[in-house]
Amino acid sequence: MAGFKTLAAGLCALALATAAQAEPLKVGMITTLSGGGASLGIDTRDGFMLAVKQAGNPDLEVVIEDDQRKPDIAVQLADKMIQSEKVDVLTGIVWSNLAMAVVPAATAQGKFYLSTNAAPSALAGKGCNPNYFSVSYQNDNLHEAAGAYAAKAGISKAFIMAPNYPAGQDSLAGFKRFYEGEVVGEVYTQLGQTDYAGEIAQIRASGADGVFIFLPGGMGISFVKQYADSGVGLPLIGPAFSFEQSIIQAMGDAALGVLNGANWSPDLGNDANQTFVTSFQEEYGRLPSVYASYGYDTANLLLSAMGKADVKDADAFRAALKEADFASVRGDFAFGPTNHPVQDLYVREVVRMGDILTNRIVGTAMEDRGNAYEGECEM
Amino acid sequence: MSALLLIEQALNGLQYGVMLFVMAAGLTLVFGVMGLINLAHGSLYMVGAFACAAVAAATGSFWLGLAASLAAAAAAGALVELTVIRRLYARDHLDQVLATFALILVFSEGTRWLFGSFPLYLDIPAGLSGPVTLPGGLDYPLYRLVLIGIGLAIAGGLFWLIGHTRLGIRIRAGEADREMIAALGVDISRLYTAVFALGAALAGLAGALVGALQSVQVGMGEPVLILAFVVIVIGGIGSIKGAFVGALLVGMTDTLGRFLLPAAFGHIMDPSSATSVGAALASMLIYILMAGVLVVRPGGLYGRA
Repeated sequence: MAGFKTLAAGLCALALATAAQAEPLKVGMITTLSGGGASLGIDTRDGFMLAVKQAGNPDLEVVIEDDQRKPDIAVQLADKMIQSEKVDVLTGIVWSNLAMAVVPAATAQGKFYLSTNAAPSALAGKGCNPNYFSVSYQNDNLHEAAGAYAAKAGISKAFIMAPNYPAGQDSLAGFKRFYEGEVVGEVYTQLGQTDYAGEIAQIRASGADGVFIFLPGGMGISFVKQYADSGVGLPLIGPAFSFEQSIIQAMGDAALGVLNGANWSPDLGNDANQTFVTSFQEEYGRLPSVYASYGYDTANLLLSAMGKADVKDADAFRAALKEADFASVRGDFAFGPTNHPVQDLYVREVVRMGDILTNRIVGTAMEDRGNAYEGECEM
Repeated sequence: MSALLLIEQALNGLQYGVMLFVMAAGLTLVFGVMGLINLAHGSLYMVGAFACAAVAAATGSFWLGLAASLAAAAAAGALVELTVIRRLYARDHLDQVLATFALILVFSEGTRWLFGSFPLYLDIPAGLSGPVTLPGGLDYPLYRLVLIGIGLAIAGGLFWLIGHTRLGIRIRAGEADREMIAALGVDISRLYTAVFALGAALAGLAGALVGALQSVQVGMGEPVLILAFVVIVIGGIGSIKGAFVGALLVGMTDTLGRFLLPAAFGHIMDPSSATSVGAALASMLIYILMAGVLVVRPGGLYGRA
């Protein structure tokens, strides 16, 4: 169970001995590599390390530790990385509750934090910080995309459902923010719930013509299989988390046709994305997920800033990060005033290609969408 | 709210309850007969689900997978009993909790090592998928009806085994006075291995049956384990009848609570806070039930006080 370390930054690249004069930069990645949520952290790490390997920059050193999805362990690891490993930048946390435990303390000590996933509203609004950059999104974004698109997809009476915890409540709020139809049923399930027969019966009786769910990980697998078997048959829409590459294989054909809001998809046509998807498959033998794409973008952002400024000069380095001068796999990418991305949001559909299930884009839900909590941030 | 919806929810509660019973039966036997707290019971549930998913994927037959889940969980149970659990009978409960918690970690990381971190695919067998129309016009998934049937059949089989067979007499005797039946010439350690393997096989079977409805992934056993403990505490430790009644009570309370409470709160507050307050209270309901039962009957419904 003990976390393992990876000394990276392509030691082989040392042989090339480029004449880089920049100070070395040490980045600490805290992510979930064991336990129930491990597949998300493993994808984050693999995407990040793929970009590190491709860049072959000998000045970048990466330390990776496993937080076991536990806030107390994440805090200990962050302390250790800051105090004894002397890292300059932290990254990698998947879960919002862990991010809330680590990020404010790390940025208060003058460290940079680049989020590869979790971007809770508390850090996007009142708790914003100039040293905190979310490369992925603001937590509400993918739910907003689903909400903005649901009416276009013919869902005029929606039944909406999420687990009863802060991210679940944010999810339903995000969905409703841009949804133009009527919400006919709203249900909070238990976190970690595995049986949804009761909720499915309520959906059947509600008179809805579509269902929005935010059920990440195993919860979504359970729901989608049971929903398909129930014969209710109303269209399903959700955020990409519930329909990610690693998850839909376990859902099987039950997931076909499900719509999901996303800011990245393996079939996005830009060059950076084509390179990413091909090289990720070559390196790891599987298709990348959104988590892998965020890891990859985060590493490339960091590398681009390293090329412009020295991390010891915090103001210059911050400005270099803010420029976001890298080829994002999402195409156009820029940071808004609160260091959250301003980006296009899409809706994808789960399709079968050969033996595997994957996602492809069916439409654009919102263009240049930023952070809903911008007004609360004083930075 | 229609009567049809209420009937559907009651069926859901029944199905949930009988599957909890299959899981809890092994736990209560092991606890009752050997006095052992086995936290790794949930891992055996996971072993069953993984064995079923792997064999079903390789052979294309869910039923072969189901047989494999029984065999794999029973074998894993017997192996664990012979190598680890056997040394724990004489130790106190804290040692047992520590050692079986370690087993959870070993099973989880071992499964991850064998199968990887990504959830496996296990689907309902083709003949049982989709809904059937019940009398009264209610569409209900056939597979869930089959689960209710299998759960009830297992309950009947266990009552017969405990009440009317030689093995059952020995199990009951071992529960009452283990020194005495050892003195009467019963090979107590073999009996313990058999009971443990039986409990493990039931957990594995429940894992495989429920795994087809849910996701087969590392750590799937722990949430069920907590519920199984609630069931045996409500029913009375060591009592199969108690486990059955307790499981149905928990299944019904949980399912109907999650459905009725938010609706009830909807009459006195706005819909959004009603759903969140109702959902929060519903998730506590089975623990409130457990506390209530323990106040009235400290030994559980059918336990020795």
